[in-house]
Amino acid sequence: MSGDSTTLARIFRQESGQVLAALIAQLRDFDLAEDALADALVEAARAWPERGIPSNGGAWLLSVARRRAIDRLRRSKTRSSDLTEQTIRLLHEDVSMNEQDEIVPDERLRLIFTCCHPALSEDARVALTLRTLCGLTAREIARAFLTSESTMNQRLSRAKAKIRDAGIAYVVPEADDLPARLHSVLAVIYLIYNESYSAYEGQTLSRHDLALEAVRLADILYKLLPDPEVSGLLALIRLHHARRAAREDVNGVLISLEHQDRRMWDHAEITQATGILLSTLAQGQPGPYQIQAAISALHATAKNWSETDWPQILALYQTLYEMTGSPIVALNRAVALANSGDVAKAISVVDALSDVLATYQPFHAARADLLARLGHREEANTAYDHAIALSRNDAEKAFLIARRAKMS
Amino acid sequence: MKFMALIYSVDGSQSSYPGDLMGDYHKFGEEAAAAGVLIEGNALQPVSTASSVQVRDNKPAITDGPFAETKEVLGGYYLLDCKDLDEALKWAAKIPTATYGTIEVRPVLTIEW
Repeated sequence: MSGDSTTLARIFRQESGQVLAALIAQLRDFDLAEDALADALVEAARAWPERGIPSNGGAWLLSVARRRAIDRLRRSKTRSSDLTEQTIRLLHEDVSMNEQDEIVPDERLRLIFTCCHPALSEDARVALTLRTLCGLTAREIARAFLTSESTMNQRLSRAKAKIRDAGIAYVVPEADDLPARLHSVLAVIYLIYNESYSAYEGQTLSRHDLALEAVRLADILYKLLPDPEVSGLLALIRLHHARRAAREDVNGVLISLEHQDRRMWDHAEITQATGILLSTLAQGQPGPYQIQAAISALHATAKNWSETDWPQILALYQTLYEMTGSPIVALNRAVALANSGDVAKAISVVDALSDVLATYQPFHAARADLLARLGHREEANTAYDHAIALSRNDAEKAFLIARRAKMS
Repeated sequence: MKFMALIYSVDGSQSSYPGDLMGDYHKFGEEAAAAGVLIEGNALQPVSTASSVQVRDNKPAITDGPFAETKEVLGGYYLLDCKDLDEALKWAAKIPTATYGTIEVRPVLTIEW
């Protein structure tokens, strides 16, 4: 294998997540694990181009990182000495037990449950997951969430300190806790994915990297934890992701599903994701992510907008509403109802949601569309104005302004 | 690890508890003791009995009432010995007041001298 810098960067990226997870599992100390991995990467960057890339790069990095961790523990005088000695002994045993080509046990599952523990704030869960499981730097995460690097560093250290001091265990939860805890993990991954599409004021960046990280995380979880909702989330994210090229025009203006050029969709990915979904649904344990994926699959496999299977989409939204009771699902169900032909009834359902969804931009946008379809131009105009005022970015704004103009 | 479960609820709200509150507390205490997690636990007299003291310039200033005027007041506590936060939270969720108040769970800080 060649040792040029792109190859190195690729291997580092591939292996870092697993190695870091294994280090955290042994050291129980996020910062020490990160520092030790950084040391190992520096050493690899020096040694590999000279001596060639080892056949198991991950194992190499792990054993070097362990030795560096021992060095760091020895040097540190602030730690409790008993604990330090104990950790050093454990690390030594591991180093002598596992030689170069050991199979690194995958610790990422435990790590993801720890990083997504509900005792951490949602912001902290997202940041910590991106930092430790995806290997993004604090700077990269800060940029993606449009906050400063120092704010992000603070958020990360507070989260790590809470894990250490509050007694958050480094384990996969027991069976009776698993559904609730898994819910938190899936929500974090979906949040990371959605964040990739919601750029804020004046920015059109789609933050493609975040979307890829979410796909990667869902994929890791899918491989490590067989669960219908995990498969559902993976299928859902990949079905959305398959349509990315058609979502914006060259000027960054959003293109609605109705007007997207379906030839630009990644049909191989759609086929794969639909396959995962179908075998999952066959297990007969439906859940919210599987249902959302099923809706997405019906869109992704429709020849065009008018040949979409609206009655089935309506039925799926009904099921989803019964599962979640969410007003946003009720809104989407109403839109599906309108697209199945009953616009008048849809608008009365939507109007009933006006209190709970008053500050939700898509509510006003959907209401405006329905009013326009019924020919109520003035009311539609007002609703578009509300939606435009609530938009968080230029792409959304431009999209709504264009829609309002088209009507009049 | 030692965890403190601090039991908060709106003053006087225990009357909204649908069952036998004292009986359920008794059951909780027995269950936690049998599982070996209970170190100790106590209910406190109502917040109307609270006095606060602050020492400033070496002079204690005593005032009537709790430290902070909040809707929810501290009504009691349990000291639990659990393997991790998950276990502590599981026990805290079984405290009868959790159904209408809030149980704050915090590890006890251990300092090595």
